Amino acid sequence: MESAPIPSSAAIEGSRGLISRLTDIAVFAGGLALFYGVITIAQTWAGPFRPAFAISLSPWSLPQYAAYSLMRLTIAYLLSLLFAILYGYIAAYNKPAERIMIPLLDILQSIPVLSFLPGVMLAMFALFPTHQVGVELGSILLIFTGQVWNLAFSFYASVKGIPRELREATRIYQFSPWQRFIQLDLPFAAIGLVWNSIMAVAGGWFFLMACEQFVLGSRDFRLPGLGSYLQTAAGAGDTRAILWGLAAMIGIVVLVDQLVWRTVLAWAHKFKFEQVESAPPPRSPLLALLRRSAPAVYLQRHFARPLGERLTARLAARWRTRPRAAGATPRARGLRWAVSALVLAVVLLGCFQGIRELAGIQRAEMLHVLAGAGATFLRVMAALALGLAWTVPVGVAIGMRPRLAKYAQPLAQIGASVPATALFPVVLLLLIRVGGGMGIASILLILLGTQWYILFNVIAGAMALPSDLQEAATIFRFSTYDRWRLLILPGIFPSLVTGLVTASGGAWNASVVAEYFRLKGHTFSITGLGAIISRATDAGNFRMLLAATIVMSIVVVGMHRLVWHRLYRLAHSRFKLES
Amino acid sequence: MPPDNPPIAETRAIEKFYAQPSGARVQVIAPTNLEIMPGSFTALLGPSGSGKSTLLRMLTGLVKPSAGQVLWHGEPLGLRQPDAAIVFQNFALFPWLTVLENVEAPLQARGVDAAKRKKNALKILDTVGLDGTEGAYPKELSGGMKQRVGFARALVVEPEVLFMDEPFSALDVLSVETLRNELLELWLGRKIPTKAIFLVTHNIEEAVLLADRIIVLGRNPGSIRTQFGVNLMHPRDRKAPEFTRLVDYIYKILTQPGELPPPPLRPSPETAQRAAEPPAPLPHTRPSTVAGFVEILLPRQSAQDIYVLADDLGMEVDDLLPIIDASVLLGFVRVNEGDIELTAAGRAFAEADIQDRKEQFREAIQEVPLLRRIRRGLEHQAKHELKDEFFLDVLEEHYTDKEAQRQLDTAVSWGRYAEIFDYDADSGKLWLTEPAENESVEA
Repeated sequence: MESAPIPSSAAIEGSRGLISRLTDIAVFAGGLALFYGVITIAQTWAGPFRPAFAISLSPWSLPQYAAYSLMRLTIAYLLSLLFAILYGYIAAYNKPAERIMIPLLDILQSIPVLSFLPGVMLAMFALFPTHQVGVELGSILLIFTGQVWNLAFSFYASVKGIPRELREATRIYQFSPWQRFIQLDLPFAAIGLVWNSIMAVAGGWFFLMACEQFVLGSRDFRLPGLGSYLQTAAGAGDTRAILWGLAAMIGIVVLVDQLVWRTVLAWAHKFKFEQVESAPPPRSPLLALLRRSAPAVYLQRHFARPLGERLTARLAARWRTRPRAAGATPRARGLRWAVSALVLAVVLLGCFQGIRELAGIQRAEMLHVLAGAGATFLRVMAALALGLAWTVPVGVAIGMRPRLAKYAQPLAQIGASVPATALFPVVLLLLIRVGGGMGIASILLILLGTQWYILFNVIAGAMALPSDLQEAATIFRFSTYDRWRLLILPGIFPSLVTGLVTASGGAWNASVVAEYFRLKGHTFSITGLGAIISRATDAGNFRMLLAATIVMSIVVVGMHRLVWHRLYRLAHSRFKLES
Repeated sequence: MPPDNPPIAETRAIEKFYAQPSGARVQVIAPTNLEIMPGSFTALLGPSGSGKSTLLRMLTGLVKPSAGQVLWHGEPLGLRQPDAAIVFQNFALFPWLTVLENVEAPLQARGVDAAKRKKNALKILDTVGLDGTEGAYPKELSGGMKQRVGFARALVVEPEVLFMDEPFSALDVLSVETLRNELLELWLGRKIPTKAIFLVTHNIEEAVLLADRIIVLGRNPGSIRTQFGVNLMHPRDRKAPEFTRLVDYIYKILTQPGELPPPPLRPSPETAQRAAEPPAPLPHTRPSTVAGFVEILLPRQSAQDIYVLADDLGMEVDDLLPIIDASVLLGFVRVNEGDIELTAAGRAFAEADIQDRKEQFREAIQEVPLLRRIRRGLEHQAKHELKDEFFLDVLEEHYTDKEAQRQLDTAVSWGRYAEIFDYDADSGKLWLTEPAENESVEA
């Protein structure tokens, strides 16, 4: 008697292998497509200088423009990440450098992207006078300046916050700086870097329009991309094209969020610094597929790992045999002197030039800048107040109801990822139709750009309110007023301050694009520091640009030091909820 | 352990202080000398704020002393890396690395190739009882298991000295018990090539349970109060009287910031001959003062509180204490939890007349080591006399020159009162004033 045929293990393998083989094909195809895109874009860049690209408003050109913009954002982001890690690392490990680099970071963060524009562009023209790559790099550098400072600070703060024992473990076991970086610094900073990366890229989308199309003195620059598409559409007053562009941008932002950031977040979960598993890890089907796909596994096993192994071993050997003599070698000392002298010379030269430029400023111009600062200050405050007014009740409502939070949070995340600048033409068109003007529109744009920071922090704060305090409030029959006064507001105060700090910084930066806008052939503008900066850039008026930028920097850093820093300390001393 | 064995690591007057903006200096650790001998299991015991962890970090080169030097095999740190590993209080494992990767990391830093690294790491994981968990992440493990990974990571580099910084204080009671026993098993069974262990702890019982040498630290600023060996056999029984006596003794040191309490272990004949233990110092009190003191106590029938008594007599407690100590040493009073009371001998001494008192005093000082030693020394001499230098030399082994002289002076005043021996300061001679009681003392 014959037994029933048992499916062979090979057959089972085969059927299971089908899915993973499809994944392999998909991964492979994705790689090819990316390669093709890069080659095409590289050809344009290597091509002749075409400062004012003729933007077609046909929806069919959108995929191509989207690819250009994505490419720019990706390169800018990767550059930012590299630079931020380098900057943060040096600041964290070099005490003398730290004393200069960290306050400098505060100032750089407060300078709006557009203020960098003339300098960056002129430098790029000088470097690549005949090739498109010059303008492209300039645009990328502009996006870079909007992203890098936050990332650098995040990395620096993470490295400084590494628990003492972990640091001591790397020292007692004689880790080379490279091994320490790979096994301690980078993993410890990973989650902070991921969250800040998400914010940085969102900031990149926000300023994309300004970075892809701009006027510099007499010259008009226009690069192929989604941002210039939207601006051209707005300039022409083509509502259909505006909506197409908006849809394309939102689509890409949501797609990037789902495909890239969710995957990265799921991957980064393993870097969470905790002693016990506290919450179920986030899932990402894409990450699971990637981990199983043959090309990825092959690359990891045959390239990444052996390479890392050899690098670590080489650097470890060098570290162990380093000379231990006290003091620096004469060569190192000489180098340090040279670097210091160079930095000092550049700073002095910059100061000298700046002072010479500013010396020519008229009294009226200065008053204009100060009045603008006052107007923008009021506008920023109004936007923050409006933001508070709606985000606090809504955020608390969402945060205290876990079931609601489950649905509302992803929605809010998508809402936040839509760049407000892209909505601006639509908003402005509507407002003009109902009779509102630039005054309302600019506040609205600042609000659209910054309310999310407050909302997310309020939700997080409300979710963290201890349930025993809530129960106590219920048992003692607090009135709604008392509940807010005694429990909710003090409870969410630290998160609220964190949100406000970020929002206020963002608001000042956003004022540059919010107070000055070209629509339907008109230039809409309003008294304000942001408008002054935009106009000065357009007109190539470096004196006004410098004066306005310095004033903005002073106001933002001053606010940070005098107001936010104190509130922050108060939040972390009196209102800290500790278990 | 041969005495000429050089220490693995030693500190030369290392101290830690911070300069304040005002220019004032906050001393955290006073100049401290300690050494780590090969084959020793040292426990550094102290209250919080005594700088034990800082001392450990200065010994291992993680923290630079403000002054002084740390030597490893006679070479200052900085020129060489200490061959040390640390087991940390909060484990200090990398949560993003698996157990195996955590244990491999120190080997990777030493440039060991991948295959050998894995082999060694798996072997040490097996030794600490973690076989089968190498693929897990630390957060999946219990506290006790995590600290096993900490031990494995420390032992995999085969350190010359294993440092432990409160390694058991973040663990539950049961894990602590098992881990301590397993550590002792590895150490006493010589299953690990480690030459010395240095444990920092605030737990007295833990120190007495594990260590063969205990250094007790005091605070404000952190400094060594005392150090001594622990000669109890392993496994140590916490209920054994020697064990509890030692624990009580250390407890007293830690709770009394002033003078050291007398050591609890009766000197064995062996240690007495080695003269390693200093004889209990004589309290600097005249016999007539002791006599007056017991007379005051005589009419007070019940036990007296020392503080109340001092108050009654219009004296500071600090001034009263040497008198009480002398009375206790002579067996005239007993002190129980701050209360003082005459003994039968003390009552008899107080009621006796002057001649009987001398007789009784002579009886009483038989039990006082220094006086007994002087008397024996004189008895052994043919002419029953000796130069004071002889006794001063012995005393100076244990006391400063000044204190040695004071001890001898006090001893002479007691000996004179008892009419046992006398002293001539000009010739510097001591001699017996009474005939030797027992001529046939063994040589």
